This record gives sequence, structure tokens and C-alpha cells, in this order.
Amino acid sequence: MKALCWYGKHDVRVEKVPDPKILNPHDAIVKITTSAICGSDLHLYDGLIPRLEKGDILGHEFMGDVVETGPEVRNLKAGDRVVVPFTISCGQCFFCRRGMWSLCDNTNPNARESETETGYVCSGLYGYSHTYGGYAGGQAQYARVPFANIGPIKIPADIPDEKAIFLSDIFPTGYMAAENCDIKPGDTIAIWGCGPVGQFAIRSAFLLGAERVIAIDDVPERLEMAKEGGAETIQADGDIVFEGLKEMTGGMGPDGCIDAVGMEAHGSTLDARVDRVKQAMKLSMDRPTVLRQALRSCRKGGTVSVPGVYAGSLDKIPFGTVVAKGLTIRTGQTHVQRYLQPLLQKIQNDEIDPSFVITHRLTLENAPLGYKAFLKKADKCIKVILKPHAIQQSE
Amino acid sequence: MKMAARDEDAARMTRPRRVAASVKGGRGVSFQKTITVNRPVQEVFSFWRHLENLPKFMKHVQSVTSNGGNITHWIVKIDSTTVEWDAETIEARVNEVLSWQSLPAAEIDSAGSIWFRPAPGRRGTILKVSLKYAPVGGKATAKIASLFGKDANAAMEDDLFRFKSLIETGEIPTTEGQPRGRG
Repeated sequence: MKALCWYGKHDVRVEKVPDPKILNPHDAIVKITTSAICGSDLHLYDGLIPRLEKGDILGHEFMGDVVETGPEVRNLKAGDRVVVPFTISCGQCFFCRRGMWSLCDNTNPNARESETETGYVCSGLYGYSHTYGGYAGGQAQYARVPFANIGPIKIPADIPDEKAIFLSDIFPTGYMAAENCDIKPGDTIAIWGCGPVGQFAIRSAFLLGAERVIAIDDVPERLEMAKEGGAETIQADGDIVFEGLKEMTGGMGPDGCIDAVGMEAHGSTLDARVDRVKQAMKLSMDRPTVLRQALRSCRKGGTVSVPGVYAGSLDKIPFGTVVAKGLTIRTGQTHVQRYLQPLLQKIQNDEIDPSFVITHRLTLENAPLGYKAFLKKADKCIKVILKPHAIQQSE
Repeated sequence: MKMAARDEDAARMTRPRRVAASVKGGRGVSFQKTITVNRPVQEVFSFWRHLENLPKFMKHVQSVTSNGGNITHWIVKIDSTTVEWDAETIEARVNEVLSWQSLPAAEIDSAGSIWFRPAPGRRGTILKVSLKYAPVGGKATAKIASLFGKDANAAMEDDLFRFKSLIETGEIPTTEGQPRGRG
């Protein structure tokens, strides 16, 4: 089959690799009909996530048709059309049983390494470094799906791929980010980052009853898409964000703040410039400009929700502010399985059509161009989906 | 019930002079770790009580066979080197503790003790695991030096993670055999 493999910073290649096989009794093999490039894949593309190896197949947002199942998979059969959650979960451990699917004890083959890094084991993820298990990802024509008895959700025939694919990650991720703000009627939610997760967080905040959403970014077309979702916007430019939010919320500050940017925040403030130098020198893995801003901007007693990916120890986080204002911080990889059924229901009820976020549709061969465009935000690129079995048009 | 009777027999045969198995101090490797598994203590004890189950999750242990009594025969393979020894189960208190120790003639001085107790809040079973291996001397000792190398602790820790996955889910997570780029 063909698959997108990582070879280093800004070096991803589509290559012919062996087809995946059933390796364990709870495995299934899925023929991928639609895949996508996630904002978090850009951290891999930028070479900022440790423990990626040359040849690793990337991609953790995918759906397709089941072609084969292991002997212990009884809920799926060949021909079923499924979306696969990016978190691999066993369904049996303490954490899965309590709905904390992304904290699963049992799906990470590199459990010891994961425990060494974080103190405890985190679940396996597709195509997201060997710290998260080193599973081959879904920017490929086929994927092996471990614990297929637990993860994948069947999609009714009348829901097209483009509406369903984002159940794999960004829709639940945006939704959990908003849910983590514990939204009450009348609340104002501020969201940094109008990339795909930010866009879903905006719409999810409204679905959960927010009165107002204020979206912050520096890319015009992303702010435009945020407005289409009902958000007011701030063109991000350093300290203007804090003052702007304060002004827009009558001096009170937003009730909930969502950092949908993560470790590669841009910014022109002094702290942002210092962070960039430290990251370039590998002194620090993260540039937490947005997180600092969110902690400062959030109203007293409010919640800061962090779906954005951070990888290491953060410098100069104003923890005194967190304590003084009595903030709640909530974060984590998305417990995708928790949201699959309820969010599929919202799609079926026409409460949301997740395909709004798609700006680019490419063949798998062109995925490297998709990475480049997504990184540079070129050609108004917000979300790239891939069709792994589409016939490549000659140029 | 048959199982319980057998364990009681084993318990009666326990050597009173030893509470936990041990090897001579200062040599080889010793590994200790406490974990919680989300399965009832009866099931977890019963799994370990049959030491024949250990190769299912201990990567380097090729087989453990029982003589039907308290003696087990161990075959451990590291790279292409194989070493064998006999061990005796010296304590088996049902759902509480299990200890074994290699017999004096063995090329490897080896011992293991597992303490079991129910986790509070019905969270399954807490296991305290203590494993020790030490070379006795002679030809085999040099050959199996890698067993006692710096990776021995990591290997035993990996084994324990595999045990947890196996007993909780029925399988051990793996990526061995999955596709990848040429690298």
C-alpha cells in the first residue's frame, strides 16, 4: 500500500510499504476512504515531538471500511463503515471504565518509556511518536486498528465521509475543550487559535449554551470562518488581546478561555521572542505565549481549557495568577470514545455539519504538499483531507 | 475448590524458616515494583499460582513446566543463549503470597515473591512483585551475563506491563510486524 512516512523536519514522503496485518486478537484492518492532516501533525512535521523515527507512518484522523477482523472482534465485520478514534483504548482498565479513554493503561506497547516520561502510562495513539506507542498512522491506504472492539463507531450510509471524518479527533477535541469550560447560560468563552480545533471549539461552545464566543487569531480567513460560526473576533497582536478581551467583557474577563494553539504559539511580545529562541536552541520544547495570555485574561474563578498540544516543561507560567484568581485548568488528550455517539447524533440532527472546515481535498500522493500549505497557511489552507484510494490526476 | 486444596497442600509444605524467597546479597539483579490490576485477587493469584503462565508475558522466559508438585523447570532464552534450572515453590498462601526459589544445584540463583491484596474501592488487586536473579558461577554464568546487564530491570518492568495488559484485556499491545517506511 501507499503511506505517508516521516523522515525528519519538513521531510515527509509517500512510499510503498507492506500492507498492515492482524497482529492481535482484537485488531481490525480498515481500508481508508478519507484521512486528514491534523494541526498537531504540524508539530511532528516541525520536528518538535521527541521519539519519532524515520519511516514512521503519520496520521491519526481516518475512516474507512473494515476489511478484516481478528478472532476477538465481535462488534464489527468486513464491510462496516467506521470512523476510528485517534486514542487507542482497551475498554477494560480503571481509566477506560471511568470514561478517561485517552489515559488507558493497556494500549501503549512502550508503556515503560511513557511512564518514565510522564510518571504514568498514557494510551497509545496512531502516528504520534513512540512515546505514544509508535503505532502506524492513517495517512495511508490501510491501517491496522488495535482494540477494534472498543474504538471505532459505525457510520450510517446517509452520512458522507466529509461530515463523519472529524469525529476521529478535531470535533470531539473542540467539543471537550468547550465542555471543560463548564459553560453556564450567559457565559463568554474566549478561544485562542482559529485552526480546525478552534473552529470546532467555537461551534461547540454555542452548542453547549455559551452566550458569546470571542475568537483570537492573526490569520484573516480563519477569523472569517470564526465569524461564520457566530464568534466575535480579535486580530491577535501582542498585548492588545488582554486589553481587548477586558474591554469586550465589560472589564470582567471571559468566563472560560481555550488555548487551541499549543506549543508553537506565534506572537510578537517579548516573552514570545524569548520562547522562540529557547525552542530553536532546544532549551525548551514549547512556546507557551497563548497559555500565559489565557491565564492572565481569564476572569477570576474562571476556567482555562487546554486542548492544544504541549510536550515538555513550560517556562514563566504565571502560577501566582492562577492561585490569586482561583482559576481552574483543564486539559488532556481527548477522550474521543466518550463523544462519538452524542456528536454523531448532532450531525444526524443537522445541528452541525463538520465539513465546513475543509478547505483542501488532496490525493495521498499530494499529502506532502498539503503539509507544506497547512504549515505556511498558504492558499487559505485551514483543513486538508486526503483520499488515499483516489486516482492521481496527471499534472 | 480443587485449586484451593492444592494451594493449602503447598502452604503446608512451606519451609517455615523463609518468609520470602531471596538470593545472596550483593550480586545479580533485584527488581521490585507495585502495580494495581483491574481484576479480582482470586483470578490474579490463580494466574501466578500456575507459574507455567509466566512465559505468556515474560519475554525471555521460554517455558516453565511443573512436575505436578512444588518443583518447576525453567528455560530462559536471551538472544541465542539458553539457560535452564529447577525451582521450588516455597510458599503459596492463597490470594496472599507466592514465593519460589531455585534449587541449590541451579546455575542461576533465582527467586521470586509476589504479594497480593485486594485494592480498596474494588479497584482490583495490588501486587507487590519482587524478582531476583544472580549467576552462581561457571560456564553458563559468562554466557548469560547479558541477563544481568543494565537492561535487566527494564526487561522485568516491561514484563510486568505486559502482564497487566494480558490479564485485563486478554492481549499484549504490540506494533511488531506493522508496516513502516524504509527508514
